[in-house]
Order: sequence, then structure tokens, then C-alpha cells
Amino acid sequence: MTTTDPSARIIARGLRTSVAALAGLAVVYVLAIGFTPVEARQGVAQKIFYLHVPSAWCALLAFSLVGIGSALYLWLQDPRLDRFAAASAEVGVAFAAVMLTTGPIWAKPIWGTWWTWDARLTLTLFLFFLFVGYLALRASLHDPAERARFSAVVGILGMLLVPFIHLSVYLFRTLHPQPIVLKPSAPSLPPEMLRTLLVSTAVFTLLYIGLVTLRYGLAMAEEAREEAGDAA
Amino acid sequence: MPSYDGAADPAAPVLEARGLRRSFGRVRVLHDIDLTLAAGEALAVAGPNGAGKSTLLRLLAGLLRPAAGEVRVLGRSLRGGDAAARRAIGLLSHQSLLYDDLTLAENLTFAAKLYGLSHPAAAARAALEAAGLGDRSGALPSRLSRGLLQRAAIARALLHRPRVLLLDEPFTALDAAAAARLREMLRERLTEGLGMVIVTHHLAEVWEIATRVAVMVDGRWVADQPRTGALEAFLPRYRTWIDA
Amino acid sequence: MPETLRLALAIAGKDIRAELRSRTALLSAIVFAALVLVVFNFARDPTALSAVDLAPSVLWVTFALAAMVALNRAFTIEREHGALDGLLLAPLPRSALFAGKLLANLAFVGTVEALTLPLFVLFFNVDLRAALPGIIGVTVLATVGFVSVGTIFSAMAVRTRFAELMLPVLLLPFMVPPLIGAVQVTARLLAGRPMSEMLGWLRLLALYDVVFVTLCTMVFPAVVDE
Repeated sequence: MTTTDPSARIIARGLRTSVAALAGLAVVYVLAIGFTPVEARQGVAQKIFYLHVPSAWCALLAFSLVGIGSALYLWLQDPRLDRFAAASAEVGVAFAAVMLTTGPIWAKPIWGTWWTWDARLTLTLFLFFLFVGYLALRASLHDPAERARFSAVVGILGMLLVPFIHLSVYLFRTLHPQPIVLKPSAPSLPPEMLRTLLVSTAVFTLLYIGLVTLRYGLAMAEEAREEAGDAA
Repeated sequence: MPSYDGAADPAAPVLEARGLRRSFGRVRVLHDIDLTLAAGEALAVAGPNGAGKSTLLRLLAGLLRPAAGEVRVLGRSLRGGDAAARRAIGLLSHQSLLYDDLTLAENLTFAAKLYGLSHPAAAARAALEAAGLGDRSGALPSRLSRGLLQRAAIARALLHRPRVLLLDEPFTALDAAAAARLREMLRERLTEGLGMVIVTHHLAEVWEIATRVAVMVDGRWVADQPRTGALEAFLPRYRTWIDA
Repeated sequence: MPETLRLALAIAGKDIRAELRSRTALLSAIVFAALVLVVFNFARDPTALSAVDLAPSVLWVTFALAAMVALNRAFTIEREHGALDGLLLAPLPRSALFAGKLLANLAFVGTVEALTLPLFVLFFNVDLRAALPGIIGVTVLATVGFVSVGTIFSAMAVRTRFAELMLPVLLLPFMVPPLIGAVQVTARLLAGRPMSEMLGWLRLLALYDVVFVTLCTMVFPAVVDE
């Protein structure tokens, strides 16, 4: 790998962005603990909210981009789109996992139950399963063109499944009103909480961008190495 | 005897490929391959494993899409799945393309329907009779010997009167008698104007019926010439890549 | 008859004829469904939950699992002897191939469902007489939805080494909206609830069918053409 190797540059950019985002996370941590009021009903445990909600947002963003990337790939046949979709899926599954673990950790002390079937958790759970299916399929296919085509099909179908999951949860809840309103976010937030939430969301998004860039660059380097190996 | 005329100019190629490229991932399998085949011509394609011969055949059959270049059958491009172009192609693989749970008659009737033949069952029966399999039409493929299965596969391949027959290692696992019968059948069809591309590992099996011989190595042609003279004269130059 | 329809029916007919001769997948799926029902029956506590409360969920989980067993066969038979090449070689619009496979799969899964329903009535002692037309209707709606997605995924799964594992992993998330809808409607039908309570779910099922049958037809060429 020479210094002008494009994959090396992308990896470097990805690393820089991710490190910046992680530094940003430290800022968020300080903000959340030190500069944001404690929520009256839920206490200090509520502060996991500033990790939980942005993770869910990033998982959804990641999945939407997998879907869009997949549709564009089938149309344009550009392998870079496939590489991007795969990177987004790997990063997205991590965010979904974070969201799905912080959810129960938060719910147990506050509501006494590990899991709630509220809209956001349910949707993220499905995104998680869709990501896992997407990545499992990719792992079991070895022809790059076939892998790209098949993943793209799963990506597009998955993207269109999401509104139906939403609709199902909505119908379920309107017909079965929950006795307790388990809403992990209050309908209107005081300004300091909103500020911390927005900062956290921005930092998480930056982390998403950094990690996807990094993963994309690594995929490029992997492919280049395989090609060199095949030619040898 | 069915004949395969229909092209306005008997010298016009029935099959043409220009600039074919195909890759597996980032590895190029075929580099700008050209090919021309006239009616009644039999082109034998030999070469080492991994040379790209099977890939080329699948591209010619329309089973793969080229990354670049075009395949034309009877002057019509295969791109976009043109029905008339597809109807002009037949494939004889080392696999039979038959369903184990259907009888020979049912298999061929289904193939006839796929090609839009007007009386599918009758066409199937006629093809099986012509192949000498009339009394086996109710048999399941799993009950047949390799030689008989190959005959059924040939009947299926030629059912719709294609102008071009693509053969992928057709002599695999055939005993001497079955191989001779296959050669004889191919020879007959050639005189009727069917064009053929035969991919093979063993030139000796097709040498007698081939009218042209080509050798492919690493996705490129290294030879393409009329088949004249004996195999023994041809081989030495290409010893490194092909065996008889 | 339009060419595409004729070809689709020829393909569906071929699949059905082949399956009737070997009967393996059909029998496996039906036996599987019966076993699932038996297990559910023994696993529940009859004093704690009434059969009618549990019935819709049990019925639909059974249908879903049995469908999974039946779906894989559609493309496994095309792998033998390279038969898929024979299909792709022909002047066959890929939409006709998808439609044919979808029809054959619907016939299979429908048969398994039709044979499972009496067993279900037997084991769970539910009275279906009043609800039967409604149950048939919702079964058709829900089945079309998940079988269309299942057809696409089985075409892909058959190219991997672990097809029997890959299909459920891919398909189960997609089965959830039709299953939820079907269970909700079935429960209401069994309880004799008015139609107005089911309209929302029925609309969901119908919308799912339209969206996914269309989408799957559109993406199918990307799955079979290389």
C-alpha cells in the first residue's frame, strides 16, 4: 500500500472522524451528567436516554441508507454502492445492538420490566433482525456480483418492510391501549434536555459517518489485497 | 428431415460476439472476445481449466450478461432477452436439464410449452421418437443410463429447432458407443445447417466433426483456425495448454 | 391468453405435477404441522388459558413454520441437473417465472393449510363453522403476502450452503406483519366480533400483498439473472 493509495486515505479520514466523534461523546457524557437537569419521575437512570435515542436514530439512518444504496446499486450496478451498503449495515447493526441493550437497562429500574413493546424498541428490534439477515446472507455468498445483487434485493425489501412494521405496531396499540404509557421520551422536553439530546444525536451521526467511512476504506483495502493475491 | 434454413444470406453468421468481457469480482475472466459462427459450422473450443470457456458458452447462451460487448443470434442482440434470439439457441450441457420427477414425455412437453410450440405434447412425442426413445417416454430420468439420458437431453435441446447449438463438454462420461452416436447425430445436424460451438477438454472427441478449432487461455484466444489435417499435427504447438 | 400467463401456468403446472409424483415436501410439511399442533397442545396448561384465546396464535405459528418447510422446494428442484438453466435459456419473461413459482408455492402452502385446519379443530376443539369463510379469506390474504417474499428468498437461499437456515433468518421479519394481522383477524372472527373491528388489519394485509407481490416481481430478475 503506497501513501497515495485511495483506500488508505479513506481509512485515515474515517479514523479521524470516528476519533473526533468519540471525543464528542465524552463531551456529551459531561453535558448529560453535569449540565442537564435530572428528570423528576425517572431519576438519574433517565440519562441513558441520551444514548438510547440517538442510537435508535443512527440504526434507522443506517438502514435507510442500506435501502437507498441497494436500490441505486440495482439501477446503476456500481460496486461502490454495494460496498457502502455493506459498511452501513455493519455499523447499523452495532448501533441497533447498543439501542437494544440500553433499552432494557433503562426500563428495568424505572418500569420494572426488561422489555416494552413500544414503537421505537420494536422497530429497532426488527431493524436488528433485518441487519443480521442481510449480513448473514452476505457472509454465505462468495461470488461478489451475486452477493451484491442479493444483498441489494434484501435491502430494498427490508426498506419497504419498515413502514409495515410501524403500521402494525400502531394498529396494535390503538386497538390495545397500554395501561401505562411507556414513552421513553417525554412529549415536550425542557430546553437543556433538548439541547443535550440534539448534541448527542449530532455526535452519534458523526460517529456513524466516521465508522462507515472507516469500514468502507477497509473493504476497499481488503478487495485490493485479494485481487493482488489472486493475480500472484 | 428438418432443415435449418431461414436466413436470407446463407453466408451470414448465425452467431456473432463482439468485445465480450466478463469478470468474477475484480478478476477479468474474458478479455474482449470476438467470435463468428456460420451456418453448418462447428467450432471446437479447447483450453486449460479456468480459461473462460464455460463462461464464454454461458454468455453466448444468454445465461450470463457481459460486462461489455454483445452477442447476436441471427443478427438479433441477446440483450434484453429478445425472444426470437433465445428461440434460436439450444444448449447441450453435461447436465441433462431434466426434472427427476417428470417422465421424459412430460419433461419435453414442458420444454415445448416454454418455447411456445403449438402442439407441445405432439412435438415432444415426435422428438422422443426421433431420438429412439419412443418406448421410454414414460420413464423417469433417474432410471436411464447416462447414454440414454444424453439422448433425451439432445432431444430437449433440439426440440424447438434452434439455429445454434451450444455444447458444454457433451462427451463427459459417455462410453465409446454413445460418443460415436453423438458424433453421428451432430454430423447430421451440421449438414442441415445447424451451427455449433463445442467446448471441450478433449479435442480428440470432437476433432472429426469440427470445422474450426480455437484455443482459449486466460480469457483470450491463442488460436482460431480451420480444422485441417490431423490432431497430432495441431497439438504440439499448444501442448502446454491442451491435452487430447 | 397472454403469453406471460400461459407460461406462468405451465411452470406452476410443472411444479405441481412434479410434487404430486414425489409428494415428499408436501408430506413433510403436513407431518411437521401436525407435530407442531401436538406440541402446542401438550405444552399449554388447559386450566390457565382457554383454547379460544390461544387458538389464533397457535394456528398461525403452525402455518408459518409449515410454510417455511414447503417453500424451499420451489428452487431446490431447479438445481438438479441444471434445470434452472433450461428455464433461463428459453424465451421466458422473468415475471412469468416468478408468477409460476409463486402460484405453485401458493398451491403447496394452501394445501398444507387446508389439511392443517381440520387437525387444528380436532386438537383444540374450536368451533369454526360460523367463522370459516372469514378464516379462509384472511388465510388467503396473509398467505399471498409471505409466500411472495418467501419465493424470492428461497430463490436466493438455495444458492447458499445453508439454505434451510438462511430462509427463516431472512423471511421471519417479513412474516410478522401478515402474521400479526392474520392472528388479530382470526381472533376476532372466532369471537364473533363485527367486521368493523377487523377492517384496519384487513387493509394492512391487502396493502402488504399489493406492495410485496409487485416489488418481488420487480426484483426477481436480479435474483435469477447473472
